[in-house]
Amino acid sequence: MQYLCLVYVEEAKFDAMTQAEIDVIEDESLTNDRELEEAGHLIMAQALESVKTATTVRMRNGKLSTTDGPFAETKEQLGGFVFIDANDLNEAIRIASRIPLARIGTIEVRPAMDLLGKVRERPPR
Amino acid sequence: MSLEFHGRMQDAISAIYRNDSRRVLATLVRLLGDFDLAEEALQDAFVAASEQWPRDGLPNNPSAWLVSTGRFKIIDRLRRRARFDSLLGELATSLNENVPDPGDMSDLELADDRLRLIFTCCHPALSPDAQVALTLREVCGLTTEEIAHAFLTSPSTVAQRIVRAKTKIRDAQIPYEVPTGHELAERLEVVNQVVYLVFNEGYTASIGPDLTRVKMSEEAIHLGRLLVDLLPDPETRGLLALMLLHDSRREERTSDTGDFVLLPDQDRSKWNRDRIDEGLSHVQEALSSGVLGPYTLQAAIAAAHAVAPSAESTDWDRIAELYDHLVDLDHSPVVALNRAAAVAMRDGPQVGLALIDDILATGDLDEYHLAHSVKADLLRRLGKTREARVSYQRALDLAQQEPERRFLSRRLAETEHTTPR
Repeated sequence: MQYLCLVYVEEAKFDAMTQAEIDVIEDESLTNDRELEEAGHLIMAQALESVKTATTVRMRNGKLSTTDGPFAETKEQLGGFVFIDANDLNEAIRIASRIPLARIGTIEVRPAMDLLGKVRERPPR
Repeated sequence: MSLEFHGRMQDAISAIYRNDSRRVLATLVRLLGDFDLAEEALQDAFVAASEQWPRDGLPNNPSAWLVSTGRFKIIDRLRRRARFDSLLGELATSLNENVPDPGDMSDLELADDRLRLIFTCCHPALSPDAQVALTLREVCGLTTEEIAHAFLTSPSTVAQRIVRAKTKIRDAQIPYEVPTGHELAERLEVVNQVVYLVFNEGYTASIGPDLTRVKMSEEAIHLGRLLVDLLPDPETRGLLALMLLHDSRREERTSDTGDFVLLPDQDRSKWNRDRIDEGLSHVQEALSSGVLGPYTLQAAIAAAHAVAPSAESTDWDRIAELYDHLVDLDHSPVVALNRAAAVAMRDGPQVGLALIDDILATGDLDEYHLAHSVKADLLRRLGKTREARVSYQRALDLAQQEPERRFLSRRLAETEHTTPR
C-alpha cells in the first residue's frame, strides 16, 4: 500500500524563526528523507516554495482562468497530484490546464523548492 | 565648455530620461534577468551619461549606449561584491557571456522588450492590485508615492505589493516573454483590463485630488497608445478609442460646484475635439477589422454620442443596436440596464420600463442605485410621479457618492412639485 503524507504548516511560524533554526529543520528534513530512502520507504519527497508563489489554474467551458494565490473552494478537497518538470511558470500553467480535473476542480501550481541546493549554497559561518 | 552647452546637454539627458528610460529598463530586465538589478543598472547608466555626455557629446544611439553602459556597470558591481559572495561572481560571468552589443539590436527587438515588460507586469498569476502597481511603476515609471496617491493607499502598501510581485516573478519563474498563439489573446485581455482599471481610477473615482486622477487617465491613454503601436490588436484599439472618447468629456461631466452634469445637459462645444478626432479614427479602424469585442462596441457607442451635434439628434437606433451586440458578449446585468436605457430612448419609456422591470426581477441589481434611478427617470417621463418618487428614494438610500446623492435629492424635490397622478 502506498501513502501520501501531506505536510501542512503555518508559514508565519517560519517567518518568526531565526536562520539557524530554519537551517536545523532543513537538515533534519533531508536526513529523514535519506533514512526513509535507505529503509525502502521513500517514493518521493519534496519541499515547496512559499504559498505566495502559488498560482491557481481552472478550465471552464474551454476557457482558461489563471489567478494569483491558492484559491481552492473550501468545499474542494485534495484529490491527487501531478509532479511536473517545466521550463517556467507559463509552461507549468499550460500543462496544468490540460489536467482533466482542471475542468471540474482547481489546480494549484506551486514551484518546488530546491532544498538540497539551498543547503549546499548556505554561506559558511 | 560653455555653461549654455552644459545646460542644453542636461536638458537633453532629462528628455531622454523622460522618453526612453522605460524602454532602456525593459531591455535591461531581459539582459539581466532581474527587475532590481535592471533598476540599479538604469540609475548607474544615467549617472554615467550625465558625467560623460557633456564631455564626449551625445552618442549616436543614446538608448543603446544606456543599455550597454548599465549592463557593464552592473557586471562590474557584481564582480566587486563577489569578493564577499562567490555566487555573484558566477552571475557576473554568466551575464558577461554571449550577449550581443545592444547597439546592434533592431528596433523590433527593442519593441519586443517593451511588450515583454508589459506582459510580465500584467501576468495573470499576479493579483490585480499587483498588476496595476507593477505596470505603473515599471512600464510608466511612476513613483510608489504617486501610485499610492492615486489608489488612496499608503506608499508602503504599494511598495510591499511591488516587492511581493517581483518575488513571485522570480520564485515561480514567470518568464520574460511575449505570449504567442491563442495564449496571446487571453493574456492581452488581462493587459487591457489593467489599462482600463488605471483609466477608470482616474476617470470615475469621485474622491482623491483632481490632478492625480487626470494623471492616471493620461497614463492609461499613454499605455493604450503604446500598446496599439507595438501590437495592433483591434480590441486594444477599441479600448484606446473608448478611453479617448470618455476623456473628451472629462471637464464637462461635473459643474463648478462639483455636481454631475448628465450627457444631455453637457456643453458639447466644450468637449475636447482632439481627443474625439483621435478616438473616432481608432473606432473606425477597430470596427473595420470585423472583430467586434466589448471595448470596440463600447467605443462605438461613445462615438455615436461624440458625433451627435445635440442630445436630441443622438442616433439611438445605432446605439440600441450596438447594445444588442454588447449584451451578447457581456452578460452582466449592468450592460443589460444600459441597453434598456438606450431602448427606452429609441422605442419610448414604456418599452424601456418593461425591460428594466425584467432585470430588477432577477434581483441582481436590487442594491444598485443606478438601476432604481434609471427606472425613476422613465416613470417620471411617463408622468407616474408617485412611483417615480419611490424609485428615486430607493436610489438615494443606496447611493454612496455625495454628487450622486445631491443629484437624486434634486430629482426628488422636482417631482414633489409636479401634480401626482
